[in-house]
Amino acid sequence: MSKVDLAQFHKAFHEESLDGLDAMEQALLALDEGADDPELINVVFRAAHSIKGGAATFGFADVAAFTHVAENLMDEVRSGRRPMEKAVVELLLRSGDVIRDMLSLQMAGQPGATAESQSLLAELSAMVGGAAAPVATKAAAPAEAIEGWDIAFRPFDYLLKTGNDPARMFRELEALGPLATTVDASKLPSLADMDPTASYLAYTLRLDAGAKRAAVEGVFDWVDGDCELTVTPRVAAPAPVAAPAAPVAPRAVREVAANSEASSVRVGIEKIDMLINLVGELVITQAMLSQFNEGVGEARLEMFRHGLAQLARHTRELQESVMSIRMLPISTVFNRFPRLVRDLAQKLDKKVVLDLRGETTELDKTVLEKIGDPLVHLVRNAIDHGLEVPAKRTAAGKSDTGTLRMEAFHRGGSIVVEVADDGAGLNRDAIVAKAVQRGIIASGEGMSDDAVAELIFEAGFSTAATTTDLSGRGVGMDVVRRNVMDLGGTVNIRSVHGKGTTFTITLPLTLAIIDGLTAAVGSETYIVPLVSIVESVQVKADLVRSVVGGGELFRFRDEWLPIVRLFDVFGCDGERLSVDQGIVIVVEAEGTRIGLFVDELIGQQQAVVKSLEANYRRVVGISGATILPDGAVALITDVTGLVRMQARRKAA
Amino acid sequence: MAKILAVDDSASMRSMVAFTLRGAGHDVEEADNGRAALDQAGVHKFDLVLADVNMPVMDGISMVREMRTMGGYSGVPILMLTTESNPEKKMEGKAAGATGWLVKPFDPDQLLATVARVLG
Repeated sequence: MSKVDLAQFHKAFHEESLDGLDAMEQALLALDEGADDPELINVVFRAAHSIKGGAATFGFADVAAFTHVAENLMDEVRSGRRPMEKAVVELLLRSGDVIRDMLSLQMAGQPGATAESQSLLAELSAMVGGAAAPVATKAAAPAEAIEGWDIAFRPFDYLLKTGNDPARMFRELEALGPLATTVDASKLPSLADMDPTASYLAYTLRLDAGAKRAAVEGVFDWVDGDCELTVTPRVAAPAPVAAPAAPVAPRAVREVAANSEASSVRVGIEKIDMLINLVGELVITQAMLSQFNEGVGEARLEMFRHGLAQLARHTRELQESVMSIRMLPISTVFNRFPRLVRDLAQKLDKKVVLDLRGETTELDKTVLEKIGDPLVHLVRNAIDHGLEVPAKRTAAGKSDTGTLRMEAFHRGGSIVVEVADDGAGLNRDAIVAKAVQRGIIASGEGMSDDAVAELIFEAGFSTAATTTDLSGRGVGMDVVRRNVMDLGGTVNIRSVHGKGTTFTITLPLTLAIIDGLTAAVGSETYIVPLVSIVESVQVKADLVRSVVGGGELFRFRDEWLPIVRLFDVFGCDGERLSVDQGIVIVVEAEGTRIGLFVDELIGQQQAVVKSLEANYRRVVGISGATILPDGAVALITDVTGLVRMQARRKAA
Repeated sequence: MAKILAVDDSASMRSMVAFTLRGAGHDVEEADNGRAALDQAGVHKFDLVLADVNMPVMDGISMVREMRTMGGYSGVPILMLTTESNPEKKMEGKAAGATGWLVKPFDPDQLLATVARVLG
């Protein structure tokens, strides 16, 4: 048993292997699309090779055995013995999936080949041309009664330059038994002609030990071909000598294109969270200190002010750089789509080209982790429902190959991710019929196309005529919308009949810090996220109408918007103002506008978001809390929640 | 104690090698490909280099070939970490100037034994 516990490297090996499998999949997909780059083949080979080596070293025998065969197949392609054809790509893609599964099982402590891995292994082996070639082993030395060995060893002159040292080898032989050495220095040139790095000596060795031939020859393993060597057993009949092999000419080694990938560091997310938390505290401290800056007009405060300005700048810079650690390119999410699109298209007999754009756009890690599932759903939906089969497309005068565009870009303080297809567009009549049937609307009359499109976000809505195994299983667009909204984002849909459908997801850059407007409501302070604010207005009493059921509407430009009194919603203490005494903040969520009525606007500030759920419990209409410069806690309003609350009240 | 350079593109393999060698009291530097290894070898003088064969940017065999032309590295032991499926790689490595090889998979004890063998 070794002193080194290899289990400590398992996690690193696992993560690295998953990265390798991702790289392998991307390379395979590129090859599948006809890319002809030897480096892509190398990437696939290296991934399989590394996983095999690691798996064998760290004790995952099943993974090693499986990967070994996949690697052999890849080696045939790499060495030009087999073309990189569709069937090979297909098999290797599936192999990647199987290796991924096996690794996960291994990590969960359930080693063993799965039924899938075994059947795939059989397919792979068949393709490689029979079972994996057994490893060539040296023929076992015959059991001779050997007393010792005579060894004649004449190194070629360059032997020392390979880093091998006869003295070391002799020490190893000595470990086998008593050794007598005779040196033949006849080839030694004169001092003037001597190259100190060359080897001129020849040796005759006499080993008095009945060691196995393999053990004796093993000492010279590394210098096979770099010397003349004769190993002769004593007493027993002389065995054939190991003939010095002719030096093998080096094969051309492919120069690998320089990899321009930026270097990266793996940092545990909990460490980063800790840092962000600390920086958040620093921001709060800085805000607190900056309060002293006002109202005290002493000249000696000048230095204090200067220091404060510096603190503010450094705090901001520190915050930005720490936050950037969490920012990752959206390519980490986009990367899974080429495979998904390929598989879906194949399954549905559709032709689809995936057009990925803006892959370097960076998003907060927490946002990235949660945006994957909604995107997968939108992509499935686009390919299943949006894009038509080739025949139908050509009949409509379009190219038989549909295009699915996924694009990420910055807009203002947000990240926008679009999923657009050039398919048939939404079927207005089908959606209206379905909505009427479900009792969501009475009729589609007077509804704009956009309003109709919005209907597909209603719970349990699906226009699929038949339930396929891809969609229509109860997980619908409502889940997509909810997931996006949980991230503080919005989803919008735009559809043109016959031309296609575009889903636009707008997400905040980060969930950790928001820009907000602080507002006083009674004795409390609330923060309204700036992204949801349309405008703040002072409302005149004559622009307000009371409606049946106790609600109030006010006129904002050409619309009548409901007024939501935060004072009432959150049950605050303090004086109750009439509408014309306070301020109405017009906010928008899910395409709906409402007016939040507050007593007074205090100002704009950055708020470090603290989870209310983790520290207290979930509160409807509140998305989190923050600490104000004076140390008090302010609640951050959840505009989406408030809009929904208002919608429910209206419906009730 | 020797100064050793461990070259492997697999971080888990590299850390296993480095961890094992450091445990035996050696001073270990790491590089994740042949090119990075050459850069490091230009800065420090290593007593031994252990290198994987298949690596991006620059593979192990090209690395050996270039390292042998560097001043001070003509006689330094360079061991290739190879796999059993590649016997011809050993010959290729040797032709490039590698001292010997360690066959993957290996366990920490094998690694230490082989290293002790070249460091004598």
